[in-house]
Amino acid sequence: MSPSDLAILIVDESDDRARLIEQALRDSGHGNVTIAVFQGVARRIEELAPDVIILDLGNPNRDFLEHMFRLSKAVQKPIAMFVDQSSAQAMFDAVDAGVSAYVVDGLRRERVKPILDLAIARFRAFDRMRQERDEARAALDDRNTIDRAKRILMRSKSLSEEEAYGLLRTTAMKQSRSMAEIASAIILATDAFEGDAS
Amino acid sequence: MIRIVSGFLPLVDAALLIVCREMGFAENNNLDLTLLKETSWANMRDRLSVGQFDCAHMLAPLPIAQNLGLSPLREKLIVPFALGIGGNAITVSNAVFSDMQTQSRGEMTSVAEAGRALKGVISARQSTSQRPLVFAVVHAYSSHAYELRYWLSACGINPDTGVEITIVPPGLMADALAAGNIDGFCVGEPWNSVASAKGVGHIIATKAAIWQSSPEKVLAFRDSWAMQNAETVQHLLVALHQAALWASNVENRDALAQILSRPDYVGVDARLILRSLEGTVRPDMQQPDFLLFHERAANFPWQSHALWFYVQMARWGQLEHSTANATIARLTYRPDIYRRALQHQGVALPGASSKVEGDLREPTYLPASGGSLRMGPDGFFDGVKFDPDDIDGYLAQYKVFAALHKN
Repeated sequence: MSPSDLAILIVDESDDRARLIEQALRDSGHGNVTIAVFQGVARRIEELAPDVIILDLGNPNRDFLEHMFRLSKAVQKPIAMFVDQSSAQAMFDAVDAGVSAYVVDGLRRERVKPILDLAIARFRAFDRMRQERDEARAALDDRNTIDRAKRILMRSKSLSEEEAYGLLRTTAMKQSRSMAEIASAIILATDAFEGDAS
Repeated sequence: MIRIVSGFLPLVDAALLIVCREMGFAENNNLDLTLLKETSWANMRDRLSVGQFDCAHMLAPLPIAQNLGLSPLREKLIVPFALGIGGNAITVSNAVFSDMQTQSRGEMTSVAEAGRALKGVISARQSTSQRPLVFAVVHAYSSHAYELRYWLSACGINPDTGVEITIVPPGLMADALAAGNIDGFCVGEPWNSVASAKGVGHIIATKAAIWQSSPEKVLAFRDSWAMQNAETVQHLLVALHQAALWASNVENRDALAQILSRPDYVGVDARLILRSLEGTVRPDMQQPDFLLFHERAANFPWQSHALWFYVQMARWGQLEHSTANATIARLTYRPDIYRRALQHQGVALPGASSKVEGDLREPTYLPASGGSLRMGPDGFFDGVKFDPDDIDGYLAQYKVFAALHKN
């Protein structure tokens, strides 16, 4: 069997991540790759008879899936979690990345290992992307907060935009806090004050 | 402070770990206890085994199964502390409950009566060629699976052919029942009370009524880690013992329910959590020993408990019984570590590590070092006893039973 002969099923509730893995598997010569979600997965397994199942460990139905892989009529051969007995680090990496490979009984380690490694790498890449996106969002939020505080200062203290920004910056430096924190405090205080007044 | 990381699943029986952290018992024992919420028992098993967790809130039979080679992972696990007694129940859908009421024509307060009624429902369904009823448990190696199977078979229902048993995670049980994907389930609290409060099911049996004073979740460690960090393990056991004293004090019930109800822990209305603490999960029945955190040596890792789980595995065909296997199962539980950790804490320590299960019809005072220990009652509802020194005899009676009831 060449890599392309293995039937691989990706069970992941995150469609974006599943596509990332699917693409990477195709790029490395696997032609028979399918994506599924938990809902209806038993029927998909019956239809596809996969050799390898890539599973997101965040799936709360993992206990059901393990049970089904072992006992269900839907699986022609028992499917068990792939554990690289020769490397404790490899197992740690998979659990740490949040992904696991389940393989049909008897599938050799050399055939599974590259697939799992690739899934681990994509899970990590996806995590990084999500983290960067969250950071970008937070940075945008920070900028909006600073802008709002700046406008409050310009209005209440009759400062120019540059002076208001400078005041925020020096206050932050003096208090060893971020400008966004100082800006939030100003907004909070203003909201409270205006809330009292109204 | 020594940092220690434990996993937990959102269940009332994770209480001692949560109390240990929230009420300062970990800190008082120089431990910085971090609790990480998990979504499945398989994750818990894996993260403990590979070393992401130092210890874990665990299904009691799971470490035994792993040590016996029934898990994909080979890391040896040990159990030096039990997190409580009781706390599970069996719930059925409204439709099944209504059929059971028709069958029973009256009272269904005892689990034997409920079992008879369910048998009637199943027979009626079989005679009209309806699909078998589907019951969910949380894992194949769980006390829930063995309790359900024990109860069904003692009521004349074959758990392999009379019903279908599937797996559903605890927090999704009520929804699965409401959606009609399952007809009943056996799960820990608060998930029976949640289904009951949502009006999607009826609680028909409790763990305490099937096997009074029976073991539930445990704290599991990697054997290698526990050996290298023996002192940390001892400190944690002392902290958990103090947490157990606090949690079992009636005056702290409301506070405990409030803590557990927080979204980062169980995330369910405190009033529903209170039902299991008060023993009122069944509105028609008061069960003061529904869930115990400290009384009746609730935290002692009885090797006879490990062996009872082991014989259930053999009884239901999950493994072959052998003396070697029984020894592996027994030695998974480590009363020696429990005794060493708690010997200077004024705790009454049982002299024996095993006992005949189901022997105490009445509360009984057992001799123990550091005082006498009030134990029991601990009967099985069908009156059968389990003598851990006679596993062959125990298993043989079920082979006879199975042969008699083959149909």
